[in-house]
Amino acid sequence: MPDFGKPTIEYVELIPLFVVFGAACLGVLVEAFLPRETRRVPQVLVTLVGLAGALGATIYVATDVDKHADGAARGLVGAEGSIIVDGPTLYLWGLVLVFGILGTALFAERRLEGGLSAFAGQAAALPGTEAERIAATKGLDHTEVYPLLLFSIGGMLLFPASGDLLTMFVALEVLSLPLYLLCGLARRRRLLSQEAAMKYFLLGAFSSGFFLYGAALVYGYAGSVSLSDIDQAVREGTADHTLLLVGIALLAVGLLFKVGAAPFQAWTPDVYQGAPTAVTAFMSAATKVAAFGALLRLFYVAFDAERWSWQPMLAVVAIVTMLLGAVLAVAQTDVKRMLAYSAIAHTGFLLTGVIGAQGSGELGDNQYTSLEGVLFYLTTYGFASVGAFALLTVVRDAGGEATGGSSWSGLGKRSPLVAGAFAFFMLSMAGIPLTSGFVGKWAVFTSAMSAGFWWVVLPAITASIIAVFFYIRQIRLMFFSEPDPDGAAAVTEPSLLTTGTVAICLAATLVLGIVPGPVLDLVVGAGEFIR
Amino acid sequence: MLSVLIWLPLVGALAVAVAPRALSKTLGMGVALVTLVLGVVVAVRYEVDGGMQLTETHTWIEAFGVHYALGVDGLGLLLVLLTVALVPLVLAAEWFTADDAKGAGARSFVAWTLALEALSLAVFCATDVFLFYVVFEATLVPAYFLVGGFGRDGRSAAATKFLMFQLAGGLILLASVIGLYVVSAEQGDPSYLLSDLMALDIGTDAGRWLFFGFFIAFAIKAPLFPLHTWLADTTEKATPGTSVLLVCVLDKIGTFGMLRFCLGIFPEASEWATPLVITLALISIVYGALIAIGQDDMLRLIGLTSLSHFGFITLGIFALSSQGSTGAILYMVNHGIGTAALFLAAGYIYHRRGTMSIRELRGLEKATPVLAGVFLVAGLATLGLPGLSPFVSEFLVLVSAFDYAWWVGAIAVTAVVLAAIYVLWMYERTMTGPTAVEVEKDAKDLGPREVGAVAPLLVALVLFGFYPAPLLDVANPFTDELLAHVGVEDDAPDVPADVPHAETEGDH
Repeated sequence: MPDFGKPTIEYVELIPLFVVFGAACLGVLVEAFLPRETRRVPQVLVTLVGLAGALGATIYVATDVDKHADGAARGLVGAEGSIIVDGPTLYLWGLVLVFGILGTALFAERRLEGGLSAFAGQAAALPGTEAERIAATKGLDHTEVYPLLLFSIGGMLLFPASGDLLTMFVALEVLSLPLYLLCGLARRRRLLSQEAAMKYFLLGAFSSGFFLYGAALVYGYAGSVSLSDIDQAVREGTADHTLLLVGIALLAVGLLFKVGAAPFQAWTPDVYQGAPTAVTAFMSAATKVAAFGALLRLFYVAFDAERWSWQPMLAVVAIVTMLLGAVLAVAQTDVKRMLAYSAIAHTGFLLTGVIGAQGSGELGDNQYTSLEGVLFYLTTYGFASVGAFALLTVVRDAGGEATGGSSWSGLGKRSPLVAGAFAFFMLSMAGIPLTSGFVGKWAVFTSAMSAGFWWVVLPAITASIIAVFFYIRQIRLMFFSEPDPDGAAAVTEPSLLTTGTVAICLAATLVLGIVPGPVLDLVVGAGEFIR
Repeated sequence: MLSVLIWLPLVGALAVAVAPRALSKTLGMGVALVTLVLGVVVAVRYEVDGGMQLTETHTWIEAFGVHYALGVDGLGLLLVLLTVALVPLVLAAEWFTADDAKGAGARSFVAWTLALEALSLAVFCATDVFLFYVVFEATLVPAYFLVGGFGRDGRSAAATKFLMFQLAGGLILLASVIGLYVVSAEQGDPSYLLSDLMALDIGTDAGRWLFFGFFIAFAIKAPLFPLHTWLADTTEKATPGTSVLLVCVLDKIGTFGMLRFCLGIFPEASEWATPLVITLALISIVYGALIAIGQDDMLRLIGLTSLSHFGFITLGIFALSSQGSTGAILYMVNHGIGTAALFLAAGYIYHRRGTMSIRELRGLEKATPVLAGVFLVAGLATLGLPGLSPFVSEFLVLVSAFDYAWWVGAIAVTAVVLAAIYVLWMYERTMTGPTAVEVEKDAKDLGPREVGAVAPLLVALVLFGFYPAPLLDVANPFTDELLAHVGVEDDAPDVPADVPHAETEGDH
């Protein structure tokens, strides 16, 4: 019988994870013991307090991390090597938690549906049946969404912090499964929502299979699932190089699916459109942050020595992704779908940053690394995306959210503030200077250019020009078109929860565009991954 | 000092946006006038021969080597003065039309105009390439809302076309700006300061690629054939006041950028590209004038004459001689004044007759003699009549063109004749001839406000026509410095140098 040693767990550094998962379990208990009518307020409180506590703990840990033994990075290897708490991890944790808090606020909004949340009254009731009608008239609400959200956030925290492939896989599933459920819970257009959840689940499960297979192959090559051991093995260059390459490709499939990169982007528009908009807002920002964090860690830590073989692959994926996203977005008439395709284009821009210059030989003095560029872009895109989707929830007509193209026409005259804010987010996504999107775009393009990838930057510029077209078209529709006589959408006054979320996103987008310095310093201070 | 000049109109724009509607125009005018005074103060404190001055440098984004760096030299100063002078005139000329029920309201017109003024001033004062790029792109937002929000039917399509062209150019410029960062980072600390970039050792190939990024963006902005197609649509649909801001101020950024950045950072590539650029400039000059002749819409016609004029400016810049550069700088100022007068006068006609179609206008001369006179003087300035200021600059550019190659000069000079045709023919068709009865009854001549808005422009046209020395004094040191940096010397005169002409006279 093998020796069974007690594992050492760094409880202090892992507090954010414990707090989030603890709050999620507490949410389940609330769900079990409180009567249905009184659950909402405690659930929201548990979620918000949990997330805020985790954020506070993250900041506390971040102020107090030591330099790691190898000198380049700060942080420590925790939980026997399964969880790595280093600078990038802490930054990503902070980001996911902020988007989580903003998402919770959107989840809790009840003024828009006349006192009900945006989630189905009773998910088990079939659409169009008597049971559904009863649930609706009783004013039932699913408060399970809050613990689900917390579990998902917990997975997102673990995902980029994983120190080995198995932890990464577990985190992937923990973050995905609650999201599949959340996508299917829309109060309106339930069939669309359920179809979205089904698609997301099937394709997601499929891609998880790819990831697992890839992990197995890489284990076969390196003899270990730990990222640092894999790094070691790749540097030493064991025989059977094909095994490694196939393994990298399969792992990439799993991750590229999660970030929504071509050719695995097909789920994005359907899921973004079908899911309740609050979920879309949260998911578009936070999933991207977590998945790119994991992608960066996997490729920069485990496969760094194999850079020359995965860089061209990701470069091609980046080009195809951004061109596909931008071109297809032009053809959309629905605002929500247009934003979904634009999210695909932004994934391509982020991948442009991922292939950028990272090694010390490629960089000049004081030049920032591609890791820092991507982290900054994630920040800027996340805020713009949450803000834009949050605004979608308030523009409504009789059938709920009005996302059909022409119903937005003339909105600028009816509600200049909402239209102006939406236009500002569009400008940021289009990368117009003095918004955060510009600085982010500049950062990722520069890293790619520094690594000599001018042939990726040129398509990226082309995709940006195409993207400008549909963002501008939306602005033109809102400000310079006459209102559609049958079916003009109007703005429903939301509560402070949505208004506050939008205001925070607006402020972040503006401030990061004008004085990105402090956040860039934070990103630069995060330093490198621990190998 | 320069910061105050830039931030004042920006703060003013915000103040107008939140102030009650009744105050918008008065408040906006006040801000524009104070900015004008500040501009004059800058000019007074400016020392000729002082190089870049009134400089301010603060680190802005340290990680990217970006600074908030401002400064003016001769070129910048002239364009700053042009901008601060034109904005109050535009506000005065559009005083009542800004309230037009079909438009987006006077408040937004005034606020966007002030925002555009602030950002344009920042463009002319920026001495950091990143800062320049940021404000260069940011000017498009107010310009877009000015074109899309005010003017004739079809303006929103025109605004979109305008913005797409400009943003496409901007993104191509972005590629080059990023390239500069990479080159700069390879040679030590990355920095975007113009002075650091001018000292960089950029490889020949890299320099040429980066040059093209800059040049294409500026050629769209200026505009230059074949990237000019947005110009006529925009000027046709926008209000004349907006067109003044666009053509007389914003488009100058294109030629300004060619002088400051193309020649300043890529002297080798600029010299290498001259044949191509001069060809494009010549096509713009002749083609712009030819299609201007055929236009029926007056605002479209004026827009297209600017294509021809911007061809002249580009020709002067890339002839790479002191007459050419000085002529181009003067041309930028004079074209700004002359075309502004022409646009505003055309706007007055539109407000009286409700049409811009040359075919439908006839015989305004008798009903509105003052308006006709203003229109004639502005038109004569456009065609380069001696005694009015555009003549001086056009002459200098033509001299440099003949200096470059005789056939370049010969082609460019045809535009002088063509200009006479489009201006005088337009005048004949719109102003002379029998006056329609309803025109005679209804059309009022210019009121004091309208005269006040164009009078300063006409005075300047005449003043600088007879006495261009102040402009020359400011432009010449800049030109000398620039050409020394590019490494070109003017050809010596073709008079044999050993003829002891001066000496013999001196001996007597």
